[in-house]
Amino acid sequence: MSNRSFAQHALSDWMQGTGPEADIVISSRTRIARNLRGHPFPMLATSEQSSEVMERLLTVPEGGRLNGIGEFETIRLSELSELERRVLVEKHLISPNLANESRSGAVILSRNESISIMVNEEDHLRIQVLSPGFQITEAWELASRIDDIFEEVADYAFDERRGYLTSCPTNVGTGIRASVMMHLPGLVLTQQINRILSAITQVGLAVRGIYGEGSEALGNLFQISNQITLGQSEHEIIDNLHGVAKQIIDHERAARSRMLQESRIRLEDRVFRSYGILSHASIMESKESAQRLSDVRLGIDLGLIQHVTPKAMNELMVLTQPGFLQQNSGEKLTAEQRDIRRAELIRQHLQSESNHGGV
Amino acid sequence: MLCQECGKRPATLHFTKIVGGEKNEFHICESCAREKGEGIPGTANGFSIHSLLSGLLDFEPSGGGANGGFAVKQPARCDKCGLTHAQFSKMGRFGCSKCYSQFSDKVDPILKRVHGSTTHVGKIPKRAGTTIQLKREIETLRRELQDRIEREEFENAAQLRDRIRELERNVAEG
Repeated sequence: MSNRSFAQHALSDWMQGTGPEADIVISSRTRIARNLRGHPFPMLATSEQSSEVMERLLTVPEGGRLNGIGEFETIRLSELSELERRVLVEKHLISPNLANESRSGAVILSRNESISIMVNEEDHLRIQVLSPGFQITEAWELASRIDDIFEEVADYAFDERRGYLTSCPTNVGTGIRASVMMHLPGLVLTQQINRILSAITQVGLAVRGIYGEGSEALGNLFQISNQITLGQSEHEIIDNLHGVAKQIIDHERAARSRMLQESRIRLEDRVFRSYGILSHASIMESKESAQRLSDVRLGIDLGLIQHVTPKAMNELMVLTQPGFLQQNSGEKLTAEQRDIRRAELIRQHLQSESNHGGV
Repeated sequence: MLCQECGKRPATLHFTKIVGGEKNEFHICESCAREKGEGIPGTANGFSIHSLLSGLLDFEPSGGGANGGFAVKQPARCDKCGLTHAQFSKMGRFGCSKCYSQFSDKVDPILKRVHGSTTHVGKIPKRAGTTIQLKREIETLRRELQDRIEREEFENAAQLRDRIRELERNVAEG
């Protein structure tokens, strides 16, 4: 078991289930990509060049320049075990790419884990801000402030016409990727999701499932983000995402209330059946657990289940991921051992929630 | 629908990419997606944006092939980082910031496809900023000037013209 603080708790502060529209929007995220002028991008940089870039960028937190923003910990990836890296990935604090492929990679992590600044990922610098609920504008504003602070030390690769230059041409210009993570069981159950998702892709936004493989979104969780980074200002990009997400929230709410009115019994059956299985099952595969947790979460949001908190659901969503299961048990587990451990964890959590009356 | 790769298994992955009004549909089965080493969207080993990009690059007419024959590959190589155009086509990523000017004629068509635009209108770094900011302001004023002239508001137009001249002097003086 790691003694690093990020490995102790499954939930970062931004995953506590709070924030505006938290019954539908789990979290909001903004990421800004930047590179240093005159240094090759990480993909082509030699080890020496990478480490030079890293040391240069790390002078920002180490020189106390981020103190006005909050308290930060600087972690060089080379100091971490493989499992610790995986935990950071499952908490969405670093990308798989940084965990597995970077040379001289580092992450500057704020104490509440809502800010994660990656060094030598695909680009030299990636500033990521995560906020609970629907707070995409706030996340962008904070990321932009941190960007300004790094700029005091770093001479950014910037072109008058093309904007901030990035390794991948899909990020060039503003270098910004903003996204919201949404729980949309109502739209999935009423079979409106495909129509809505395909409409989204027509306005310069992308949708993908979170966790799980394939085009199938596990646990009815979807991430919606901007595709275009050039030719629109940051404000236009954020406003566009905000506007579309707002509409999806309204549709999801409408779908939920229609289901409650028109097929309440079937909905209740679905929710309580899943709750019952999660409370008693001894083996739980990750796919099934994602679906059942989604059902229970919907039950909580609709007030059908009152003694379980949304926070517990967020916690289980992260804790039941393979890396976390192994981290917690302190040994390598086979797939079946994981499924048994997962079922056990869920049972314990639901049990303790009912004991505490959800408080 | 059958997978467009193997033609045997049913296609289970359907995705459409629309960029600047151009539509590309993909229908493949999971096992082909995996075999191609490209996985599936939404996963770490995903059918990545880079492979999509290099797909786009394959359609790129390369330089002198205007007569429709086989175009000769330009031995383009970035003189700063050494990345070749072939490498870029394969990886869909640039090696350094200079690649953007080195492969300039190749870059704009890609940006147009991906973003529908080739010009940045967002944030500007402060240290590079003042001149660019001024130039942008001049651009805006020029458009406004044109507008005023068309509407025959000559008094306003004259004021704008003077303002533009002043800004241009500032730019020239750096």
